[in-house]
Amino acid sequence: MVTLDLDTAWDLHPQVSVRPEPFGALLYHFGTRKLSFLKDRTLLSVVQSLSAAPSARDACTGAGISAADLPRYQQALGTLLASSMLVERAS
Amino acid sequence: MTILESRPNARSAFGAPAGTAAAPPKPGRLVDLFEYGLDSPICLTWELTYACNLSCVHCLSSSGRRDPRELTTDECKAVIDELERMQVFYVNIGGGEPTVRPDFWELVDYASEHHVGVKFSTNGVKITPEVAQRLVDSDYVDVQISLDGATAEVNDHVRGPGSYDTAMRAMQNLFDAGFENFKISVVCTRQNLPQLDEFKAIADKYKAQLRLTRLRPSGRGADVWEELHPLASQQRGLYDWLVAHGDNVLTGDSFFHLSAYGEALPGLNLCGAGRVVCLIDPVGDVYACPFAIHDDFLAGNVRSEGGFQQVWRHSDLFQKLRTPQTGGACTSCGFFDTCRGGCMAAKFFTGLPLDGPDPECVRGFGEDALTKRKEVDSIPKPDGDHSHRIPREPRSAGSRPVSLTLSLRRPESPPVSACEDNPLAGFRP
Ligand code: SF4
Ligand code: SF4
Repeated sequence: MVTLDLDTAWDLHPQVSVRPEPFGALLYHFGTRKLSFLKDRTLLSVVQSLSAAPSARDACTGAGISAADLPRYQQALGTLLASSMLVERAS
Repeated sequence: MTILESRPNARSAFGAPAGTAAAPPKPGRLVDLFEYGLDSPICLTWELTYACNLSCVHCLSSSGRRDPRELTTDECKAVIDELERMQVFYVNIGGGEPTVRPDFWELVDYASEHHVGVKFSTNGVKITPEVAQRLVDSDYVDVQISLDGATAEVNDHVRGPGSYDTAMRAMQNLFDAGFENFKISVVCTRQNLPQLDEFKAIADKYKAQLRLTRLRPSGRGADVWEELHPLASQQRGLYDWLVAHGDNVLTGDSFFHLSAYGEALPGLNLCGAGRVVCLIDPVGDVYACPFAIHDDFLAGNVRSEGGFQQVWRHSDLFQKLRTPQTGGACTSCGFFDTCRGGCMAAKFFTGLPLDGPDPECVRGFGEDALTKRKEVDSIPKPDGDHSHRIPREPRSAGSRPVSLTLSLRRPESPPVSACEDNPLAGFRP
């Protein structure tokens, strides 16, 4: 299990496209030709705000995620990192 | 569900089994969400032409001859523009043999420029060393070579004489050019299931990925299904082989009816027709699934107003398909949750009720249903036969040369000239 550092700045991999869907969103990585699914609209807002937020933690707070829910979202972002959907960004 | 190569269960963020995630935004498994359909397809097959150099006996689209109403280059580009707008990330291009379209590479390039990835299926006829080199240089294109036997004997029995050599030459060219991880796609039949390890060895040798899919009684496949579909006794071996090879072998999620043997196979266990899957055929008709070319599953045409998006999002047929599936005779089966009663197209073209068991139900209910089904001539026939009019040479082993009897008959009158304009020229009552 990959753990994502919440206090680092992140961005979507440049080869990744995001398609919102009623249930959440679909992510496609043109380099690895892999799909990922976000099963939650809140997670989608987090992912979409990563590039402008100073850290993943800020992106989560901005999306209204409570401290209690944070670990779940951290884990979800870790899953995306493991499949190369996210990259570190110099903040 | 067919052709979806992703592994949503393994890769979804929040992919925990239903119920384990506490508190806020709920949802359960992807299959449950997908039952209601998506704004755009995930797994779109686009058959560019019905023309084909081969005449495989099990062709799902009954291909052979080009349809004169085929979409033009400009119409194809308009479809690509639309797919880009709808964020359809990639298409599976097939046919017929798509590479015989003179504008094939132009369309592939156009799709790549518009962020629509292409995986195309081919029998290999045009994969020369030059083409292989070109493909290596492109990020957006993936290739899938069809092979239905690990030996020429088994392959050519269904795909026709010379087709094994053509496929092997194409693979060699891709390998020599350094194209790693292209796909070798095998339709599993009674005859080739004993060769699974040999197929894997071929894939390993060419640094390719093996993809196994299910034979369905679609297109010309309806005529040979009885002869080619795996025996009940072979299904278990196939299931075990798939479990043992896990994620290393792609299946297009086409074997979910085998889940009833035990643990569910990786992938999406759901019939995706009209929900996440669809077909655009060479004349622009949109069907719920590439294996369901029949009026009953025709949702509309990309040439009509509103184009593909209108058909995908609003057609009556697709709306109807996007409701949770009812199990019918399968409801009481303990495996329904993963097997879902199997493949809609397989049931339809064998004349079984759509809400009952699959003809290859691993518990044997399909076979029972087949013996009890209505008269054979009421079974729906696939639409749109584009087969070559001159059938290919017989498939039976040991076919002999045809002996001709030459006769010497003297013409009673001079031969009729090609310019003769009398319609009764040469006619002797
Ligand atoms: S009809 Fe069969 S092949 Fe088509 S999506 Fe449904 S299960 Fe898959
Ligand atoms: S009875 Fe239906 S759900 Fe059960 S294994 Fe057979 S086809 Fe699948």
